[in-house]
This record gives sequence, C-alpha cells and structure tokens, in this order.
Amino acid sequence: MATRQTRTLARIMMMPSVLLLLVWMIVPLGMTLWFSFQNYNLLNPANVSWAGLFNYQYFYSDPAFFESIWNTLLLVGGVLMITIFGGIALALLLDQPMFGQGLVRILVISPFFVMPPVAALIWKNMIMHPGYGVLADIFQFFGARPIDWFAQYPLLSIIIIVAWQWLPFATLILLTSLQSLDGEQKEAAEMDGAGLVARFWYLTLPHMARAITVVVLIQTIFLLGVYAEILVTTNGGPGYASTNLPFLIYRTALLGYDVGGASAGGVIAIVLANIVALFIMRAVGKNLDR
Amino acid sequence: MARTASTGQKIAWTVVAWVIALVIFFPILYTIITSFKTEPEAIAGISLIPSGTFQNYIDVETQRDYFRPFMNSVIISLGSTVLALIVAIPAAWSMAFSPTRRTKDILMWMLSTKMMPAVAVLVPIYLLFRDWGLLDSRIGLTLMLTLINLPIVVWMLYTYFREIPGEILEASRMDGASLWNEIVYVLTPMAVPGIASTLLLNIILAWNESFWTIRLTTTNAAPLTAFIASFSSPQGLFWAKLSAASTMAIAPILIMGWFSQRQLVRGLTFGAVK
Repeated sequence: MATRQTRTLARIMMMPSVLLLLVWMIVPLGMTLWFSFQNYNLLNPANVSWAGLFNYQYFYSDPAFFESIWNTLLLVGGVLMITIFGGIALALLLDQPMFGQGLVRILVISPFFVMPPVAALIWKNMIMHPGYGVLADIFQFFGARPIDWFAQYPLLSIIIIVAWQWLPFATLILLTSLQSLDGEQKEAAEMDGAGLVARFWYLTLPHMARAITVVVLIQTIFLLGVYAEILVTTNGGPGYASTNLPFLIYRTALLGYDVGGASAGGVIAIVLANIVALFIMRAVGKNLDR
Repeated sequence: MARTASTGQKIAWTVVAWVIALVIFFPILYTIITSFKTEPEAIAGISLIPSGTFQNYIDVETQRDYFRPFMNSVIISLGSTVLALIVAIPAAWSMAFSPTRRTKDILMWMLSTKMMPAVAVLVPIYLLFRDWGLLDSRIGLTLMLTLINLPIVVWMLYTYFREIPGEILEASRMDGASLWNEIVYVLTPMAVPGIASTLLLNIILAWNESFWTIRLTTTNAAPLTAFIASFSSPQGLFWAKLSAASTMAIAPILIMGWFSQRQLVRGLTFGAVK
C-alpha cells in the first residue's frame, strides 16, 4: 500500500541516518586522501606543501611497513583460526547433556564483555608476568623456566589475549546455530548408520556454515582494528615485533606528528580493509541470501 | 531410539565442560579475587583466598577519583546509544515497512562504513576535534560513538522491525483505529522488545569501545577504558588496585551481557543467526 505520500515520508525518515553516515564517510576520507599528498608535520604546521607521492614512497620504503602488514595478517589469521576451531569444539561440548549448563555458558561467554584494556592488563600482569604471573608460578611448580611472554613472543601473546576475548563470541554464535539443528535429522542419520565423524562432517558442519561465515565477517572487522591490547601491553615492541598497521599509523601520526605520512598509511589501510571486505562481503552475500 | 544419555556420560561431560569453562573464566575470577587482596598479597604467588580487604576499592575512589571516569562511561555510552536510536528508528522503520529496490543496497552500504579502519581517519578526526574544541569533551566522544555504532543500530532495528507483520497494521486500520491509536497501541508494543535489545547491545559496545575513547580524551572526559589504560605505565603497577578498578569497570557490563545472550547473537549477526 505504498502511495506516493508514504514513499516520500519513508525517504524523509531515512534521510538523517543516510546523511550522517555519508558525511561521516566522505569528510574524513577526503581529508585523509588530501593530507596523504601533503608535507604536513604538526611540529611545523606553517610549512605545508604539496608532496606528491613522497609520503607513500616513504611509508612503502619503511621496513616497519611490511612487518606491520605481516603482523596484521598474522594477528587476524591467528585469532580467526583459534576462535573458529576452538569455537566449534566448545559449541559441540556445550551442546552435550550436563549439569549446570546455563552456568557453564555464562562462564564461557564472559570474556567477551571485558573491555580490551582490562583484558590486556589482566593477562599482562596477573597471567603472563614472568615474575609474579600465574603462568610463571605454574611453570616454576613443574621446574621449568618461566617465559617472558611479551619479550620473547610479543605477537603470539597478543594473539592469545585477543583470541581469549573473541572465543566466547564464536562459541556463542556457533552454539546457537548448533541448537537450531533439527534433532530428527540427526536421528535419521544415526539410524542410517552414519558414524560420529560422518554426522559431523556431512550434517553439522554444513548446517553451521552460515554461522561460521558470519563469525569470520564480524571478527575480521574488529580484528583489523586491534589497538588497545597492543597499547597497554607491548606498545608495539620490541622493535616493531608486535606493531600492526593501525598501531604503526598511530605511531606515525600522534608520536611522530607526521600528518602526511600517517594519512598515506591510512589510505593503505583503507585499501587493505576493502580488499578483505570485498572477499568477505561476497562470501557473506552468497551465504546470507538464502 | 530416544537419545537419553546415561548418567555416567552426563557426569563425564559435566566435569570436562566445567574444567574448560573455569579455565576460560579464570582471568576474570582471579581479578575479582585479587581485588580483595592487599598489595603484597597480590604479587606473592597464586592464592585463591584473599584476606578480604575492601581497601583497594576505597583507595581507587579516593586516590584515583574513580567516580569521574565511571560517570563519563555511563554518560557517553547511554548518550550515544539514545542518540543513535533517535536517528536510526525512523530509518529502520521506513526500510522495514516501505522497502524500495535500493533498500538492500543502502543497508549493505551502511554496513560497509563499519569496514573503514578507525585509525585511517584518526588524523582528520583528531584535527577537526582540536579545531572545534571537542578534544577531551563528553559531547565530542558521544557524537563519535553515535556515528561509529549507527550502522549496527540501523541493521539491528531493521531485522527486528521486519518481523512485525504488516497485516496487523491493516487489520487495525480496518477496525477504524486512528493513526495515533495505531502507533500507540499496535506498533509500539511490538517494537519495544527490539528497541530494548538494540539499546542493551549498543550500550555494551559503546562501554567497551577502546580506540576513540582512549585517543580523543585525556582526563576530563576520559571514560573507564582510558582510565584503565592509564594503569599500564610502570608507576601504575598496583595490581590489587588495578584489579579493584577493573572489577568495577567490567561488572555492570558483564551482568548485562549475561542477561542478553540471545539478543546478542541476533544483534551481532544482523539477524543471520537466531
């Protein structure tokens, strides 16, 4: 019953959201793009000049750049691997009959609600600290030398922390999907003599495919921007060993006062995110339109 | 062949699940325990029984002025959520009830703005905020988080509104309900649960947002995320106090989260998984 009047009204109702997001997208993006072609340092703001592609060359020739991109991919990939495989395993486990299932669920999903600085500081101080941390105590109990996590394995340590935050999310979504699986189908497969592995592979996993896609999509969006966890633990170091692209840009911008360089980095980050997004949106679009 | 597990199996699963759940929950549990220890106790090795002091909570308030970042968090997360809802409800409403050919594209485009890495626009936003005097202000941060979460709010509301059957509106119209009655007695009751879930989830997201809240504030408008991050400097190494501050910072959201598991799944998967 869409008369012209209601259609106009509908457009007007949509206007504020669309306009806000349009401005939010275009203005900062345009500025970033513009700055990326300028020599612009906040320590010398009177001296702004056209730089051409210099900022890009500078960013590109910086060895930290490739290291940070590699670290970004490792971080996203590592956390995705842990949370997807771990999430499937945990979801299968939580789906079994047990006592106190509701409480177990609450315990498992809790880390997701912990704000990143708190999560990172808990792990840094109380779990992974080489002197006083819980892991050090456990290692010593077994007579092993405690590991100085953030000095020896900085990126891995951050992957562990971030995975701890996102594992509950994956588990919760995959469990929800698992519980919507038709019980009769399972029984039918069982009666037909399908074993445990076959049932999982041909019935459960395809059923969860959509949920897995969604988990990958959402997590990738957030994981590409991991920042606070690095800031409060390693601060990107030692060297650039745990610097991801967002952190490198932040360093260039607010610690190096280099607006031009940071903006070039920002443009590169946007291109990278769009490449990833393109793949994901395509996969999700296929999966969601069912 | 009914699938009833034997009691033995059930006990076995229970043990395995509880052990794993407790390992996952341990860092949070240990933080809560440590917050009731004295500072020397906190670094004296594993112990699960604190001396039960409340001193850390008192110290965090008196020495570090905990109340201010807490109120900032409340104001900013609530404010940005309400603002986003005000802007998003009409949009989601019109997309759900009078969709056009482009509705899906607009929704996808909105989602794609979330793909823009925040750090890529850090410089322009920082400079604009500086020039407009919005750095370290609650208003600035509230506006920022409104924009950040707007796409998710629109999406969530859209998936909820879409489930309200349009026939019900027509039926009430046939029964002679005025537009006002239609909105108050028919639509609102059906829309409220969706709006409430969206509100809850968005407060959680805004409360925990840790890029803009840290970068755009220093002291005045710093919410809990920035406050806790300031403990990372070496002189801030007071674990028991850090634990007390952390416990207070995560407790409200943890409890809200426990109650909103279902809505969370729906909301964060844009209705794709229910």
